[in-house]
This record gives sequence, structure tokens and C-alpha cells, in this order.
Amino acid sequence: MTRSLAITRLRLTDFRNYTRAELALDARPVALAGPNGAGKTNLLEAVSMLSPGRGLRRAKLDSLRRAGNGETAPAWGVAATIARAGETHEITTGVAPEAPNRRIVKIDGTNAPAADLTALIPMVWLTPAQDRLFMGPPGDRRRFLDRLTLAAAPDHARNASTYEKAMRERQRLLDDNVFDPSWLGALEARMAESGAAMAAARARTLSRLAEQIAASPDTAFPTAALALDGALEEAALAGETPETIAESFTRKLAEARNRDAAAGRALSGPHRSDLRVTHREKDAPAAQCSTGEQKALLTGLILAQARALAADHGIGPIVLLDEAAAHLDPDRRAALIAELNDLGAQAWLTGVESRLFEAFTTDAQMFRVETGEITPG
Amino acid sequence: MADSAAGPEIERLIALLAKLPGLGPRSARRAALQLIRKRDVLMVPLAEAMADAADKIKICSNCGNIDARDPCAICASPKREDSLICVVEQVGDLWALERASAYKGRYHVLGGALSALDGVRPEDLNIARLIKRARNGGISEVILALSMTVDGATTAHYITDRLQALGVSVTSIARGVPMGGELDYLDDGTLAAALKSRRPF
Ligand SMILES: [Zn+2]
Repeated sequence: MTRSLAITRLRLTDFRNYTRAELALDARPVALAGPNGAGKTNLLEAVSMLSPGRGLRRAKLDSLRRAGNGETAPAWGVAATIARAGETHEITTGVAPEAPNRRIVKIDGTNAPAADLTALIPMVWLTPAQDRLFMGPPGDRRRFLDRLTLAAAPDHARNASTYEKAMRERQRLLDDNVFDPSWLGALEARMAESGAAMAAARARTLSRLAEQIAASPDTAFPTAALALDGALEEAALAGETPETIAESFTRKLAEARNRDAAAGRALSGPHRSDLRVTHREKDAPAAQCSTGEQKALLTGLILAQARALAADHGIGPIVLLDEAAAHLDPDRRAALIAELNDLGAQAWLTGVESRLFEAFTTDAQMFRVETGEITPG
Repeated sequence: MADSAAGPEIERLIALLAKLPGLGPRSARRAALQLIRKRDVLMVPLAEAMADAADKIKICSNCGNIDARDPCAICASPKREDSLICVVEQVGDLWALERASAYKGRYHVLGGALSALDGVRPEDLNIARLIKRARNGGISEVILALSMTVDGATTAHYITDRLQALGVSVTSIARGVPMGGELDYLDDGTLAAALKSRRPF
């Protein structure tokens, strides 16, 4: 089949453990095998920097610079050529030595906002750090959902930072005992406006995921039933408009001033929402499933997200799966590879042993990664 | 500047120049060299102009603008419409609007935006004076031309809250114009269009 989005060349400069690395690729899946600590995840992380944000490890930008023997490289860079719907684009990103915490993005040689990458090179990933997603704190699941939301709604990041900033401003006033109703009201209006927009975007993401899950009943992965715990999101899912949601949230915030002052933080709002996942076949909350079932549920969710993005952009996203195959039994592994192939975009997988990728037979590009060296085979 | 080649007078000049916006230590050294090279035609007149400005410049007690006289030229001009006040954060924003020459009313410079985290409170801004101007009557419209940041929007909301209690109509220059903070970055045409398409806050 023809794949409409692929990285055809990738070059790393002073990135993590790579002084310099260059890969020439075609559109087929990329499988990276090698021992732990060899740099497979670093390579995946380099690819993830071709999307907005801080990549799949949520790293600080300056920490991506190669370090060793007590020396740190002054800068890092990732350059890629992508083939997208019959066109070729050059993407470069990295930091400059004089500003190691400011990311530079160039698309076809021109400086561009990182947010422009979302539409150009849609991407999803699954990493071992997400293995405890269903067991961990709500913040992890919220971030997971926000990351999915961001892929379809680039405004989501701006709304989230507006919300965060207005909330911190309001809390400072409450902490300082400044009960100025005009000022608090102004900040609560900002929180309500951005919070309602965030909730609406999250609700849309959830609905789109649910649609994709419903549309693929023959998947080899368990079916997730999704729900959002959060008054604003629930109102959005019930079809209330952002204006109505903002109005009632403004009112609630005004009523909660004394309570939030005593608590030292805002006790309700979209910054406390949670994504609730249920294993539908077992009718059990995800957190109560076995580790293996949790991983399979999560993999199924990522695949549903990838299909939703493919539907949105008319182009399959790049899918990065770090150590995802090892936890799956051979049948599910084969199913994963088949579903990735159906997506029509390039998948990147890592594993300790190359036999994990046997189901690809000849239809993958295999590389061995050993201590910063990448060799075909 | 560990191994300085110049004497303390020149080092002091460079250190002060480096504090100007847009100038780092490197460009400050270049600027200092240029000043020294053109001592008679540049350095001395500049020093005189700065001393003169430092001596004479005042903050207008009516609107917060800066000028050598108080009230400022804009407040004193008989050609300006008295019924319109455009509220900006900084004098630089006022200059940008004047450059676009699309506005013929009066101004009010706040001197910043509200921020609890940065310790900027209503009493630190020129807000009380604005309320007083509005209360004095004869104002048909207050136009808010504040930045689109959380602080700017909060300040706009705060002022609107206060002014509406006085029955003054408040409008905001077109949102959706990517102001990113400062009016200064907008070209004159965009600024004029934003001003023209203002709407009720
Ligand atoms: Zn004045």
C-alpha cells in the first residue's frame, strides 16, 4: 500500500547519546532493536521532537544536548525530510548555543511556530512511562488526554496556559487576602472562558475516540469505554455550549472564594478532571485489570487515536511505540503490526530483541542500535 | 568584562548602554565606539539631549503620557475629541496609535497591567485617575487597547467593571488581531483597522 506520511531522512546532531547519526528511510515501518541503554528511545525521542512540546520524555530542552566526559554540547539539532501526500518537506528543530532553552523550528527553511508541526506531521506515541497510566495519579491521565486533544486542537495549549496563569493569579489574591470582587471576577472570567474551551476540546477528543473504538469492533485489543470526571467536561459532553458552561463555572468560582482561600488552591475545575477508562469486555475499571491487559487497553487507545487523527488530517499519523511489543503475546503483536500497516503511516518501534518484529517479515526496515551506533539489519 | 581594554569611563558607558532594550554587551560596545568616534556630531548632542529630556520630561497628570509639559500636548490640544478616551498600557502603545494617525480622541496610559504574581495592583496603575475622568462627564466611549495576555484581558475586565457602574460605554479594539502584547509590533494599517472594528467589551 502507499503510505502518505513518512520520514525519509533523519539526522541527529549532539542529541542525547548521539554525536551525529543519519538514517535514510523509506515509507515502511522502522524497527529498532538493541540492548537497553543503547539509545533506541533517544532516537524515538528525536522523532518526537518533530511535534510541538517537549517530546515523549517531556524533557527540558537543554537536557537534550549530548553530554559526556564532563562536557555538554552547546546545542542540539534534529533534521528530517518528510514525504507527505506526494510532497517533500524539510523540518529542522533544535536549540542555539546562546539560548539552549528556546526551541527553534524551521519548516522548509523558514522559522515557524512549533504548533504548525501538528498539522504537518501528526504524531502519537506510547512509552513504558505510560504503563502505570491507569494506576497513577489523575494528573497523568489528564496529561495523556490533553496530549491527544492537542493533536486535534492546537488552541488547547494556549487555553490551558491561560487557565493556569489566571488560576495562579486568583490564588495569589486569595492567599494575600485581597478580596477585590472586580479583580477576582476578571480572573475568574478568564478561567471560565479558557476552562470551558479546554473542557469542550477534551469532550470532543473523547467522543472522537469513542467513535473510532466503536467503528473497529474486530480489533485484537480490548475495547475501552471512556468517561470524563469533571463538571465542565460532563456539561460539554451533554451538549451544553461553552458560553453556558463558562457562565456557570464563573458563578461557582465566585462562590468558592472562601473555600479556595482556606484550601490554598482551587478545589474544582478542569485542572482536576480525570479520564476514566473501563475494560468493556470485562466490565472492570482499567486500574483493576492485569498489567498485560492494561498495556493492551492503552495500545488500543493509541491506535484509536491514530485512526481519529488519520480521519481528521486525511493522513495517517507517525506512530512511535517504545518497548510496546514486548508486553504483548505473539497474536496481539501480529495484530498490532497489521493495524499499524492499515493506518497508512510510518510506525517506529523499539525492542530489545529483533524477533519481536518477526511478524513484519520483510515489510519493515530493521536497524540495530548499539551505544550510539545505528546499523541496518 | 574581566580583561577590559578601555578605562572605567568607557566601561561605565558600555555598561549603561547595554541596559537599553535591544542592545546586548556586544552591540553596546559598538554603539560606544561609534559615539566616541563621532564625539562632536553625536556624543555631545546626545548627552545634551538626554540631560535636557531628563530635566524637562514629566508625566502628564491628566492622562499619564510623557511630555515636557503638563498637561501633555494631546490633553492640551483643542483639536482632539473630548468624548473619546483610548486606554493603553504603555506610552509606547500611545506612540504606535499616533503613528497610525487613525485616532483623534484623547488617551489614558495605565503604566502596565494588573498582575497579582508580579505585585502590580490597581493602586499601582493609573486607574483611579481614569475613573475620575469618566466621572467628570462628557465621555461617550472608552476604548480599551490593552494586550491580549491574561494580564491585559484581566485589566480590561477590571476597568470595564468599574466604568460600566458609571454608565460609560466601553469598547475593545478588535480581538483576533494578534497583538501578542504590544501594539508597537503592529503595522499602521492593521492598527487602524483594529481601532475601526472595535466592539463592546
Ligand atoms: Zn495628557
